[in-house]
Amino acid sequence: MGATAHTDGNAHAAHHHHEESFVSKYFFSQDHKMISKQFLVTAIIMAWVAVIMSLIFRLQLAWPEEGFAFSNFFLGDKWAPGGVLNPNMYLALVTIHGTIMVFFVLTGGLSGTFANLLIPLQIGARDMASGFINMLSYWFFFTSSVIMLSSLFVEGGPASGGWTIYPPLSALPQAMPGSGTGMTLWLVSMALFIASSLMGGLNYVVTILNLRTKGMRMTRMPLTMWAILLTAVVGILSFPVLLSAALLLLLDRSLGTSFYLSDIHIAGEALDNMGGSPILFQHLFWFLGHPEVYIVLLPALGITSEIISTNARKPIFGYRAMIGSICAIGFLSFLVWGHHMFITGMNPFLGSVFVFTTLLIAIPSAVKVFNYITTLWRGNIIFTPAMLFSIGLVATFIAGGLTGIILADSALDINVHDTYFVVAHFHIVMGMSAIFGMFAGIYHWFPKMYGKMMNTKMGYVHFWITFICAFGVFFPMHFIGLAGAPRRYYSYSEFRMFDGVVDLNVLITIFAIIGALAQVVFTFNFFYSIFRGPKTVPNPWKSNTLEWTTPVEHMHGNWPGPLPVVHRWPYDYSKPGKAEDWVSQITPLEPGEEEH
Amino acid sequence: MTKLLILFVVVVGVLAIAQLARVYELTARLSGKREEDISPADNRMNAMLMWAFCIAYFIFFAWLTWAYWDEMLPLAASEHGVETDWLMNFNWLILLVAFVPTNVLLFYFAGKYKYDKNRRAFWQPHNNTLELIWTVVPAAVLAVLIIYGLNTWHKITSVAGPDALRVELYAKQFDWTARYPGEDGVLGASDFRLINGDNPLGIVTPESVAKRMGELGVEIAEIDSTLAHAILPDEKRHELEKGLELKQRIMARIVNLKVVMEQDLKTMGKESIYNHGADDIVTKDFYLPVHKEVELLIRSRDVIHSVYIPHLRAQMNAVPGMTTSIKMTPTITSDSMRTHVMKDEEFEFILLCNKICGASHYNMQMPLMVTEAGEYDAWLKESRKKPFQGVVEDAPVLPAVTTDTTQVIVPVAAPVVAATH
Repeated sequence: MGATAHTDGNAHAAHHHHEESFVSKYFFSQDHKMISKQFLVTAIIMAWVAVIMSLIFRLQLAWPEEGFAFSNFFLGDKWAPGGVLNPNMYLALVTIHGTIMVFFVLTGGLSGTFANLLIPLQIGARDMASGFINMLSYWFFFTSSVIMLSSLFVEGGPASGGWTIYPPLSALPQAMPGSGTGMTLWLVSMALFIASSLMGGLNYVVTILNLRTKGMRMTRMPLTMWAILLTAVVGILSFPVLLSAALLLLLDRSLGTSFYLSDIHIAGEALDNMGGSPILFQHLFWFLGHPEVYIVLLPALGITSEIISTNARKPIFGYRAMIGSICAIGFLSFLVWGHHMFITGMNPFLGSVFVFTTLLIAIPSAVKVFNYITTLWRGNIIFTPAMLFSIGLVATFIAGGLTGIILADSALDINVHDTYFVVAHFHIVMGMSAIFGMFAGIYHWFPKMYGKMMNTKMGYVHFWITFICAFGVFFPMHFIGLAGAPRRYYSYSEFRMFDGVVDLNVLITIFAIIGALAQVVFTFNFFYSIFRGPKTVPNPWKSNTLEWTTPVEHMHGNWPGPLPVVHRWPYDYSKPGKAEDWVSQITPLEPGEEEH
Repeated sequence: MTKLLILFVVVVGVLAIAQLARVYELTARLSGKREEDISPADNRMNAMLMWAFCIAYFIFFAWLTWAYWDEMLPLAASEHGVETDWLMNFNWLILLVAFVPTNVLLFYFAGKYKYDKNRRAFWQPHNNTLELIWTVVPAAVLAVLIIYGLNTWHKITSVAGPDALRVELYAKQFDWTARYPGEDGVLGASDFRLINGDNPLGIVTPESVAKRMGELGVEIAEIDSTLAHAILPDEKRHELEKGLELKQRIMARIVNLKVVMEQDLKTMGKESIYNHGADDIVTKDFYLPVHKEVELLIRSRDVIHSVYIPHLRAQMNAVPGMTTSIKMTPTITSDSMRTHVMKDEEFEFILLCNKICGASHYNMQMPLMVTEAGEYDAWLKESRKKPFQGVVEDAPVLPAVTTDTTQVIVPVAAPVVAATH
């Protein structure tokens, strides 16, 4: 199969390099590199929406009684009269912030950008298996983003039941204003998003399995490829379950079915829904929801594996163990969803099974951390902004991963479930780690995407402020959570028992504001460098992988001549007996040289 | 106008930064430095910052722990709470043992092995012994954590003893109601279709069924007559018809319930579950006796809520359509918390809602009084005498958002009753 793809690919490059119109180049492009840029820019815009939302509700949490022109500027007099955030809008902001960050930035943005950019380039293919489906994947993503954003402008506000949209809250328009049109749009948007994700995922898997160039054995693939492969497989197996959950919810909402509803008396009236179970929704939701955590995290781990090795000028330690742990995490991620439901009334014995499987995941995760640290040991570390973010990822992965052990323990989860402890945990381990991975990827592959260099100094400013603020924001939340403060509370002033910890909310908000300002530096650097950044050389980081053997100027088919042939694994950094401290994958083994 | 001004300032600011960046780049180009070449000075600076960060990180951690020590895990006031706190402490100990060295190594290595063009990185693709060690050791430690944790979990979730006090907690947007068994010691049956003003939990007794059927009959007749006589716009008519159909279906269910109830009363007589409801105590006060095992039976009638009592280390969701339960044994009374433990006269155990349930989620609370057995009995006796007094049907609902932007601004901190149904 690989060989056929070869000859076809060459013929394609030789005969079909035609000029493209503006529309087919920048809009309906089927070229994986352009699609990846489309995903990235969309994700950056969506991320800003979510960041501004978080600032608005952080202001409310820090100074609950006060009005802010900032909030009023964005929400107007309807939702923030006098700058004081409306409680319904508070819940809406929390909901949409979570939805956008998890799905649109860290799933669509992260996988969409780097899977599309890197798969053909790193395995030596002319393009994705299906360029057309790839293009559709982006346009479904785009449409779903537009619908999600449009839900912000409907009468009752956007969906407000939390990003987990548990029914009956999300199923009954009587329960809250956000469960009206806003919720319907949320479901429609997510359905399109899932379709986009599936089209992308299938393409990724097919391309990686079938279009590897000659010599690119599975065990010679960069770890980014392994991570993306497993991410795509996990996504393909779990997203359809969320789709069915969403469709059943849509039916409950609009056709009067009772999949999730039973025995409900609301707004002064008994409803005649019978036999449904809200718990069913939770099982379906978390059957995706937990693997989703790894869909978000695995690409980031893959990206950093690559960057840490390149910039430590040292092979990634335990390549096979890394592949093994990626596979183990991918497999186990399907067996742990119940740990989100310890206190829903699920059978306690079933709960204990989930405790067991969840804590098992800590083992491959620990192996990854140890391997990263060992890779740094006696390395020769070049601190590019990408490297800084990769090291940052390891730090957040440690801090957030460890608190997961507390949450996985059902007996302990009783008291910290749904408190700020959980918010702290998943923002650090999933939010920060994944976004650090994404930043690392952007700084590292920006030269490949745009042919320009990003400004390093601004990158340093961006990293250090972001890194400090990430801990400044999320670390204190553990303490608020341990004091028992629940998440998704509009204000804590109604409870004396939290008086001792609410001052931390001020600290957190200040860090959040500074952290957000650092993202202005990044955004500026990103767009400025696209247009005005200095031109790059083909292989600025002296990296071994195939993407750096392509010309700087993008071309259809990626390589001007025949596809490169791979002779070695991608991590030959500082190999003894070599003149340089890197050896490209296309360099043949010398006689008698062992691969690794 | 202000918005335009703000936008203008932002644009000008961006342009200024752009010019600065341009200057920086031109100077870099003049000196012949390429962007991807990280200078030794930059490497040194970042390496130092790695170490500095590591130290600051631990100081921050230590400061938070020291400053908020008393707030974290408020004193456990239940039997299992003390046990889970030990489990928690044990976990923290293990986590610290993992947290500190991994971070120290990470930042130390990052700072120490900064780039030196005269040095080569150590060629070390793998080391099977090392990898085996750090697979097996975490696995062994986790095995201990799992066994200890599950052991505690099984104790907490085991079935409550037959003598346990059984109290029902009933959730709705946005308050809690408690129900205690009457002198028969058994909670009667309930059905959400019977809920109305004076029967907020829908307790099923022959009287409540008859009363609800009567009310519903009147409502249905009223709508019927409106539909027959009034001249209505189509939309309104359609809405009324839908409402009527719903009421008729509910009525049919209540008729079913009545048949089942009457049969049960016939066969079971006094033992019938439908005979136990009349003397149940429905109250807005939540009292528990100290040192007595109690099982909370938790229900909700609209959306999912969650019973969360931090001091008792207790939490369980309230799910419409099913009854969930948790058991616990309080060990400290509210009084001794006030006078001895917290030294705070206003201290109260709080039951709060911990599952997002709507606009007033953040204020869905109920104080809990844990008292000596004698005091509890006295309270119970007193409560039996008085009928349910809480205002239930029309509890304050936060104002639905109005589209009228010209209205006077209402401070949100003081929820205003706007909508009643």
